[in-house]
Amino acid sequence: MLKRLIPIVLMAAVIVAVQLLATALEKEYCLTQLTMAIYYSMVVMGLCLVMGYAGQVSLGHGAFFAIGGYTSAILTTRSFLSLQDTWWAGILKRLHVFVLREDMFGSPIMTVSPWAAFLAAMIVTFIAAFLIGYPALRLKGHYLAMATLGFAMIVHKIVLGSAFAGAADGITGVPEWTLGAGLVITGKSVARVQNYYLASGIALVILILLGNLVRSRVGRALQAIHDQETAANAMGINTSAYKLQVFIVSALIAAIAGVLLTHYTGGIGPSESSILKSVRYVALAAAGGMANLWSASLISTLINYLSLRDWFGTFDNAVFGALLIIIISIAPDGPFKPLGLWIRRWSSLARVRTGEKNHETP
Amino acid sequence: MGSEILILQYLLSGITKGSIYAMVAIGFNLIFSATGVLNFAQGEFVMLGGMIAVTLSFYFPLPVAVAGAVVIVACIGCLLELLFFRPLRHHSILHMIIITIGLSIVIQEAALHIWDEKVRSLPYFTGNEISSVKIYGAAISPQVLWVLGTITVSVILLHIFLRYTLQGRAMRACSSNPEAAMLAGINISNMRTLAFGLSAALGALGGCVISPITMTQYEAGAPLAIKGFAAAILGGLGNPMAAVAGGLLIGIIEAFSVSKLPAAYNDVSAFAILLLVLFIRPHGLFGSPSGQGVREF
Repeated sequence: MLKRLIPIVLMAAVIVAVQLLATALEKEYCLTQLTMAIYYSMVVMGLCLVMGYAGQVSLGHGAFFAIGGYTSAILTTRSFLSLQDTWWAGILKRLHVFVLREDMFGSPIMTVSPWAAFLAAMIVTFIAAFLIGYPALRLKGHYLAMATLGFAMIVHKIVLGSAFAGAADGITGVPEWTLGAGLVITGKSVARVQNYYLASGIALVILILLGNLVRSRVGRALQAIHDQETAANAMGINTSAYKLQVFIVSALIAAIAGVLLTHYTGGIGPSESSILKSVRYVALAAAGGMANLWSASLISTLINYLSLRDWFGTFDNAVFGALLIIIISIAPDGPFKPLGLWIRRWSSLARVRTGEKNHETP
Repeated sequence: MGSEILILQYLLSGITKGSIYAMVAIGFNLIFSATGVLNFAQGEFVMLGGMIAVTLSFYFPLPVAVAGAVVIVACIGCLLELLFFRPLRHHSILHMIIITIGLSIVIQEAALHIWDEKVRSLPYFTGNEISSVKIYGAAISPQVLWVLGTITVSVILLHIFLRYTLQGRAMRACSSNPEAAMLAGINISNMRTLAFGLSAALGALGGCVISPITMTQYEAGAPLAIKGFAAAILGGLGNPMAAVAGGLLIGIIEAFSVSKLPAAYNDVSAFAILLLVLFIRPHGLFGSPSGQGVREF
């Protein structure tokens, strides 16, 4: 139990240390990009589950992110004021599904509340993930990769070509999301530190939950699938059902990240649904070693942050592609595993040497 | 224009698109049969073929430019296999597929930096933009005939190569039973390199002949890859003739859906077909359910 707490405590310490460092150096503005990077790395955590544990590639996680973000953005910015007098709108208003507020110019509008929009986003994502995953995961082989790639292209085309999604401009003016207990997801600079902790907290909770899932019956079944699918089938594990569950869970996590980031930045654009975004998530999951949630979340937060701070310039996409190739060909289990092995070998060597010395002294 | 001529016009445009998808699908099949890898960079070969041919055409006559592009891209294909897939042959298929995804991005970005984001195209092989040939009242560009002709010839040549030459037979042996092929003295690694080279050459040739019609741009590869894959699945993975049929079918359905759906939703039909096939007949229209494990060219 204590051993399982160590990474959580370490991670929390890193989160706090980064904030204190940023404040001490008077570079608190960096926390904004860091918060965004954390939201993006949530997608990668979910994807790790699909790639590392179910052994499948999904090129549609950018699309699920976009579905979450767009559903929530559309519902919370579109005015349903014309429906105000219908009987069901009254009921929904009493249930806080519809809320009255003022838009940027001060005129009254009635929109769906962020919580209700969040629920709607989850439902839409669930349906989409089920429809894609069910046929593709029943088959042996890597059909999911292509099915999700096609799905992502369709989502991108629809988002770009539809007026209700703001076409090429995307959607702006998404309201802040009051979670309750004084917590608000907003991009305002006064709430920067609070939002940084909020994002890290949510990410940490997701990490812990996923870590538990991986160690549960589901996780062991997935491990069996990954190692030897036929044998797992013979043991009575319903491989396709487990794969589908994991795929849907990870799609939902991507959508949650999409909803949160949309409220944080106050808008969403069509580039979120592009194929390159999905490939980025795959690259980051691979860079973290796929089956290692902790290293994947750290590495993806770091690289996303550097990318958001525009470190890579015009080579932004190329960096992600190259990262993918290099990591997979040199260290397919992630950079930390060879490093860990090396440290262990080194320390055991050192122990042997000191042991020999101890032997000689008496 | 009568409705029959209109239908014929759609049909011809569908066959043109479909034959391009078929070409990509055959390339997919070649690499899949030889290595079991779904090559996400297949569309990139098509894009590279077009781009290189356009550049070469400034210095050389058109036939030389096209031939040069095909040879160069074939070399690139072989090189990729030698550099990435040969050293990694003990890795899982998943890793190799992820590598092809990475390669596709890197090739795309390299193309963006070597050329630029401008759309370019080869000149029409015969005639120009406005010249047309009448077939039963439907007007088509002579370039379409070039596309159809090139693809028909290359499919026939590929078929002859795989059936009747020693090298081709060795390749088929590798895909149906690698161990037995190895025991018979066939160098499997070299056969895989050959499969990558052939597949890249086919893609590049396709990229050249379609360039005057569809134009070539650095990001033109990915959409072709996904539709080529849909075609391969629709026909049944592992069978080149089925891939051709699948490609033509998807092209025709897409051409007719253009007349019904808004242009922005153009690709939706192709994808819907892919999902439907995965749902109903995962082994494809012409594949057999029992033969799923068997890989044949």
